[in-house]
Amino acid sequence: MNLKLKVWRQDNAEDDGRFEYFEALDISPDMSFLEMLDVVNEGIISDGDEAIAFDSDCREGICGTCSMVINGVPHGGQKGTTACQLHMRHFNDGDTIVIEPWRATAFPVHRDLIVDRSSFDRIQRSGGFISVRTGSVPDANATPVAKENSDLAMDAAQCIGCGACVAACKNASAMLFVAAKVSHLSLMPQGQPERNRRALAMVNQMDEEGFGNCSVNGSCEAVCPKEISLDFIARMNREYGRALLKKGCS
Amino acid sequence: MSLASNIFNTSLGRKYLMALSGAGLFGFVVVHMLGNLTIFAGPAAINQYAAKLHSLGPLLWIARLSLLGMVGIHIWAAIKLSSENKRARKFQYEGTIEPVDSHRKSEIVSRYAARTMIYSGLIIAAFAFYHLAHYTWKVPQINGLNNIDFETFYVHDVNAGEKQIAYTTALPEGVGKEGENAVDVYRMVTSGFGVWWISIFYIISVGLLCIHLSHGLSAMFQSIGIKSKASQKLINRFALTAALLLFAGYVSVPISVLFGFL
Ligand code: HEM
Ligand code: FES
Repeated sequence: MNLKLKVWRQDNAEDDGRFEYFEALDISPDMSFLEMLDVVNEGIISDGDEAIAFDSDCREGICGTCSMVINGVPHGGQKGTTACQLHMRHFNDGDTIVIEPWRATAFPVHRDLIVDRSSFDRIQRSGGFISVRTGSVPDANATPVAKENSDLAMDAAQCIGCGACVAACKNASAMLFVAAKVSHLSLMPQGQPERNRRALAMVNQMDEEGFGNCSVNGSCEAVCPKEISLDFIARMNREYGRALLKKGCS
Repeated sequence: MSLASNIFNTSLGRKYLMALSGAGLFGFVVVHMLGNLTIFAGPAAINQYAAKLHSLGPLLWIARLSLLGMVGIHIWAAIKLSSENKRARKFQYEGTIEPVDSHRKSEIVSRYAARTMIYSGLIIAAFAFYHLAHYTWKVPQINGLNNIDFETFYVHDVNAGEKQIAYTTALPEGVGKEGENAVDVYRMVTSGFGVWWISIFYIISVGLLCIHLSHGLSAMFQSIGIKSKASQKLINRFALTAALLLFAGYVSVPISVLFGFL
């Protein structure tokens, strides 16, 4: 199949950026979206031009590195699918595809389709961990966890931190990401000692990074490649309220 | 940070404020609508109801001041949150939203009511100010009626033999006094809404309020953390039903006046 691409090009964070047009010719419907871009890039490079810069790592939908908005939708809009797992058979011969980077003040564009997501790392560092003594591996089942809690914690832990939630949100809110991280650990016994501190610290860091606020639109949930539920935002709101009452007074 | 500064200075804290003040204002608009509906029980009913309210004295002032406080907090938080949201997302996407699973578009695009909360809200605030000037402060220049001043609409109330008649018998112009005589709310409302453009403006504003609430009443449960996939259907249905009932209740008054039922 043959496609036209309209791609955001930007040399560095200071550059104003612009759209450029490319042709993607002889694309196999079985290629992934990133493989299609690889083919286009080979053509660009053999013409002696700069390849389209985009992030990717695992290419199997588990690392969260690939990040691009395809026709206005982060990851392209196939249910529960990252851009690297999206296949070209979902497009039609002759289509024009618009490809843009995540758009959020807290995710400045680094180059072309690559954005700087270190704001997520700083949120994670502020409280998305448990402090434990290192040593030998604990015995299995030494710490019992209720089935419902372990299921829910696993659902939250699915978050790969790709940032599609922020990219899709009209307010560039990171609340689905933060909610997943706060919920995941607060549901586990290991997360209890730092439970309140974590909720307060992660929400404060999220605010500091300049993300917007949730206004309950649900776009984040709809584009999330791991289908993280909006329920976790409600849970984070509870966790935060609880933490405020317990710790905020001190 | 103290509890108060956490609530006022963080995103989630302000969302709680938004939700709680919104819930309080919702309570007010429900009670206000029920009060308005007494007009269908006749002039005596609504005039008596108004006289009762006015006789509450300090309680009325407590209610008014807490309403004012809730409006202040709601608008402050709304402007703060909305401006942060604008700043957080300065660029819009060039591509129009076309997911490869095209049926999922409606899940991805934010709903009209949700997108326009700040605009519906600010227009409601402007309308509320006009509405107060119209019926509470009774500014004659804005009622759309030539040489009619609601300030002169009073009815007999105290020491009247028969209450029913008393609350429907108009006092001659210049005789009634603010604070001493009961206001002829019935005549005020029927002449007020007799002006077609005032009624239209009112109906549009109430419509916006109900659009605001169709999203707000559902979002509020999420903000205070008690919404889940299991309860979401019920909550959304509640929000929509409440918004529609409020719309019907409020709009029934000007419609009835315009079509001559009142
Ligand atoms: C009688 C009047 C009003 C009622 C009953 C009302 C009710 C509500 C409710 C229940 C919410 C949901 C809160 C939440 O998201 O958790 C809300 C949200 C909102 N209200 Fe109002 N409201 C009123 C007036 C206003 C006014 C005057 C403004 C003016 C700026 C306003 C702006 C907003 C905004 C921007 C939101 C969305 C907040 C967000 O999603 O982040 N509202 N309102
Ligand atoms: S490259 Fe790892 S999820 Fe797409």
